[in-house]
Amino acid sequence: MPPQKKELTFEAAFQKLEETVRRLEAGGLTLEESLALYEEGTRLAHLCGQRLEEAKLRITQLELGLGQGASSE
Amino acid sequence: MAVYLVSQITTYLRGVLESDPLLGDLWVQGEISNLSRPSSGHQYFILKDADAQLKSVRFRQHRFGLEPLDGQEVLAHGRISLYEARGDLQLYVDFLQPAGVGAQRAEFELLKARLEAEGLFEETRKRPLPLFPQRIGVVTSPSGAVFHDIVRVVERRYPLAELVLAPTPVQGERAAPGIVAALQALHHLEGIDVIIVARGGGSWEELAPFNDETVARAIFGSHIPVVTGVGHETDFTIADFVADRRAPTPSAAAELVVPDQRELKARLEEGQRALRQLTLELITASRSHLRLAQAHLMSQQPDLSRRRQRLGELLHQAGESLRSQLALRGERLSSHGRQLAALSPTQTLGRGYALVQAGATGQAITQVSQAVRGEAIAITVSDGSFPAEVTG
Repeated sequence: MPPQKKELTFEAAFQKLEETVRRLEAGGLTLEESLALYEEGTRLAHLCGQRLEEAKLRITQLELGLGQGASSE
Repeated sequence: MAVYLVSQITTYLRGVLESDPLLGDLWVQGEISNLSRPSSGHQYFILKDADAQLKSVRFRQHRFGLEPLDGQEVLAHGRISLYEARGDLQLYVDFLQPAGVGAQRAEFELLKARLEAEGLFEETRKRPLPLFPQRIGVVTSPSGAVFHDIVRVVERRYPLAELVLAPTPVQGERAAPGIVAALQALHHLEGIDVIIVARGGGSWEELAPFNDETVARAIFGSHIPVVTGVGHETDFTIADFVADRRAPTPSAAAELVVPDQRELKARLEEGQRALRQLTLELITASRSHLRLAQAHLMSQQPDLSRRRQRLGELLHQAGESLRSQLALRGERLSSHGRQLAALSPTQTLGRGYALVQAGATGQAITQVSQAVRGEAIAITVSDGSFPAEVTG
């Protein structure tokens, strides 16, 4: 099942987290902005960690009508 | 009786030769002699064996494979046609390699050279793989260990993904069309981010489908990045050369395609640590800014106690100054007083002098001429006056 519309994908959350860290590293922010980024980053990190913990590999097999009964390795 | 022009016959002959299925695509083995390389870049030589010879030409644009040398035993690929201007029957060579190579190997080298010349292996067209693939297409056999190995690797490294198996035989007659059909089926699906084309190790003959031109072109035509993992580490197939990335084995292909969650978790922790660290640093910096600002503010405020003290000092100085002025003046005053006292008549009278005044006018008589006989005068001495009369 694809991630729900409102929820970020792992990729989006992960990249947003790294972007958040970069912005904090770049500096030039007010304390208020930094604290907001910190909260956001922490939330994203938890989200990513949770996604990895809960992940379960999905496997789909296409029906091509070609490999059927073929003696293949 | 039909009479033909020479050119009609050569044209006819050329047509016959070029429509022959064997002569249009053949391998000829022989020894090179009479090699010439004019500045045009083309190469002319004779291919011969003990009993016969064949004029041969290799045009500049077909100079793939071996560079010919006189006396060399070669395997030449090309077609037979007629060079009408001279009436020469020639082998038009498009690929040369040393004799003794197996037929399949020779075909492989020829196809590789052709596709390479055509640009199918260009580094510049190789696409980067997605960092976080969500749907991974897998073209391989549904039975056997290969798919199982891929599942195991992806499950361990990146269970967020979905594997979509497009099953196909991977050896035998039906393998090449099967691989092409599997690639096409994946292209028609939504959201496939990357495709793995895989097969376990096998003999050179068993890997033949991955050296098939239709498979190479299907991989080349894929709008989704393709990673190959075919055979063992030492096997290179045409599919490997065309693919965006080549992995030595199916498991290695799976590892190449997905990130490792252990590494991701480490990066998450690192990210959180950096967030905490940076925020703490910022808070510390803000605190020290605040302290500096406070100190600055204090220094801007007038220092009342110092001013009060200064005021006290000034008042004290003023007082001192006033007092000394007064003292000075007092002293001057008493000295004037003494002078005044010295000048005063009472003092003089005390010393025995007397003041004589006319009794009527009270005018001081300071000269004899002022004294009129019989006139009453008043004489003042230190302690008072008494009347007298001028007698003399």
